Amino acid sequence: MKTWIEKQKALIDFTLASLARRKIKNLGLLLVYTLIVFLLASVMLFTHALRKEAGKVLENSPEVIVQRLVAGRHDLIPPGYLEKIGRIRGVQKKEGRLWGYYYDGVLKANYTFMVPQPDALMAVESGKIAVGATMARMRGLVPGNTISFRSYSGKLFSFEVSSVLPNKSELVSADLVLLSEADFRAFFELPPGYYNDIVLSVANPLEVRNIATKLSTLLPDSRPILREEVLRTYESIFNWREGIVLVLLSGAILAFAIFAWEKASGLSAEEKREIGILKAIGWETGDVIKMKFWEGALVSLAAFLLGYIAAYLHVFRFSSWLFEPVLKGWAVLYPRFELTPEVDGFQVATLFLFTVFPYAVATIVPIWRAAITDPDAVMRG
Amino acid sequence: MLFQPAVIALLLASLVSLAMLLAASPFALELVRHWDIHSGSERQLALERRTYLFSTLLGFVFATQLVSLLLFVFNADKMAVMFVGAMCAVGTLNVNPFGFPALIAQIVVFFLAAAWLVVNHADNRAEDYPLVRVKYILLLAMLPFLLGAFALQLEYFLNLKANVITSCCGSLFSEDNPSLTADAAALPPRQAMALFYGALALAVGSAVAYARKRHGGYLVALFSAAAFVAALAGILSFVSLYIYEHPHHHCPFCILKPEYGYQGYWLYLPLFAATAAGLGVGALQPFARVASLAQIVPETGRRLAWIAAGGFALFALVASFMVWRSNLILLEG
Repeated sequence: MKTWIEKQKALIDFTLASLARRKIKNLGLLLVYTLIVFLLASVMLFTHALRKEAGKVLENSPEVIVQRLVAGRHDLIPPGYLEKIGRIRGVQKKEGRLWGYYYDGVLKANYTFMVPQPDALMAVESGKIAVGATMARMRGLVPGNTISFRSYSGKLFSFEVSSVLPNKSELVSADLVLLSEADFRAFFELPPGYYNDIVLSVANPLEVRNIATKLSTLLPDSRPILREEVLRTYESIFNWREGIVLVLLSGAILAFAIFAWEKASGLSAEEKREIGILKAIGWETGDVIKMKFWEGALVSLAAFLLGYIAAYLHVFRFSSWLFEPVLKGWAVLYPRFELTPEVDGFQVATLFLFTVFPYAVATIVPIWRAAITDPDAVMRG
Repeated sequence: MLFQPAVIALLLASLVSLAMLLAASPFALELVRHWDIHSGSERQLALERRTYLFSTLLGFVFATQLVSLLLFVFNADKMAVMFVGAMCAVGTLNVNPFGFPALIAQIVVFFLAAAWLVVNHADNRAEDYPLVRVKYILLLAMLPFLLGAFALQLEYFLNLKANVITSCCGSLFSEDNPSLTADAAALPPRQAMALFYGALALAVGSAVAYARKRHGGYLVALFSAAAFVAALAGILSFVSLYIYEHPHHHCPFCILKPEYGYQGYWLYLPLFAATAAGLGVGALQPFARVASLAQIVPETGRRLAWIAAGGFALFALVASFMVWRSNLILLEG
């Protein structure tokens, strides 16, 4: 075992020296390799962080949302529905929610108007509103300002900004306007007793699906939406987007594999002579293959580490300006947010198969070709 | 479900491995037909050089198989969120009937490649490469297995459909989906323990006996294979229960997760290494009578047998330690 390790150490030593002798050629390869790893790793780190963020946002959302459908479209919940649901075993809390969209001609953007839940931390008095940070920034609002909105019926309503929602929640509150229930009903002319949807909190996750089944028999015109379903949908959408980007990048991977093949097979006369001399002084074909293997392993490792670190910095320090528009989606009131850095072993393994594997495949045959070179053929020139 | 990064990576890895072996098979055939160590002809020289390519290729396929085996299990675990009722890898693998066969096929390919590499190693150490023909016939025989593993994997991934919300209905369609349980067929703990320790003891015993007295090589392979199956059954039936400290959680994959401190690697690494070594001992036995291998087979076999014995013993110790440390009481009295 010890001699084996010593032998590998000597081989690595030799390989490093030989790599250093052809700096320009190897640096070129390393650069392209690093770039490929960087691109793929950025996509993966970014989608993974977004996925995590979505999961975190949904963590505190209610387990079940009940919407009413009329002719297949989302409609208001009429009075009496909340009572009709009555007491379903396992439901801790049920509440009607009030929310709506308002188009603001000034910013050419939609706001989400919402009435905070009675037990929420954020209570808003009548005549006052709390606004999201992005919107406050765009309209230049600070607490104490007054802002007017023209409602859909043409009446003008003025509100005093009581607070700006904290930056921490910007991902979900970019376009949010919180107002009191009375103001909301007056603004949208919503008669009392009507709600947009109903939310249910369920303590036991195993009960959620039973409750959804009961709901759909109790209220046949409603559709219960479960939190786990929303999570599942997000998960597959993000995976799908990530997959599509990777497939689009597969052209680049292929080009890289061809490049690696070319580099590995286009041995310079000097390299050929080196292998010839090595074999003449007693190296076997197997040893040359081992040396070339170490060469590939060292280059791969360096490129992988460099590319991954660069991607990490790109995504988490420079908020991935390269792919932001593609992967994040787009909106007028786009929230500013920082992603939580996270490295996932599974992702590293996938990335490894996407980058090192094609490189290894592309270089096997050229390595073998180089290793079987006859010493006399080379030295005779 | 093909557009998942890990799925693409897995399919890419098995497709490329398969394609490389397929591309190499005409050369392997040529090698089988024209190999003649005593000839000094141009063709023989070319063939001899080609053998290096093949052993490198197979080593590569072997390594790829190892990585993709791990990735396959991880991927199944990650995808569990997307299926109604699936809690971990077992649920995802049960989504369609190809999941577990695909996993088993990958494990089989892994062990076949390991056995081939053992034979290759022994052959390379002999002066006259006596096993070249056998080796390349075996290589060609491995192709259908690789093809089968790839087909199963493809079929599995093609038939995965995530339960995603559609615009027409929310949870309604979740209802008629049968729930995927994490309960794998498990043995009662007492029997499983007897089988587990019995099979491991036999495997260790036969490996030590072979290493000392140099006979019973086939038995080592047989008992190693049996111990592998018994060990998996044991993990399923009682070791995992003790690790999770939960009397109904039988999942053999969750122990690989960070929540359980990656304890699974301590079990699976020695187990796979020991089984591969044990099968390798058996793979060498048919060639013990070849003159130029008379020295090499017992020597390599002995080393492998020690690895197998050590690996199985380590596995049993680690498993027992996990059981001992656990707070779960499965058997009373």
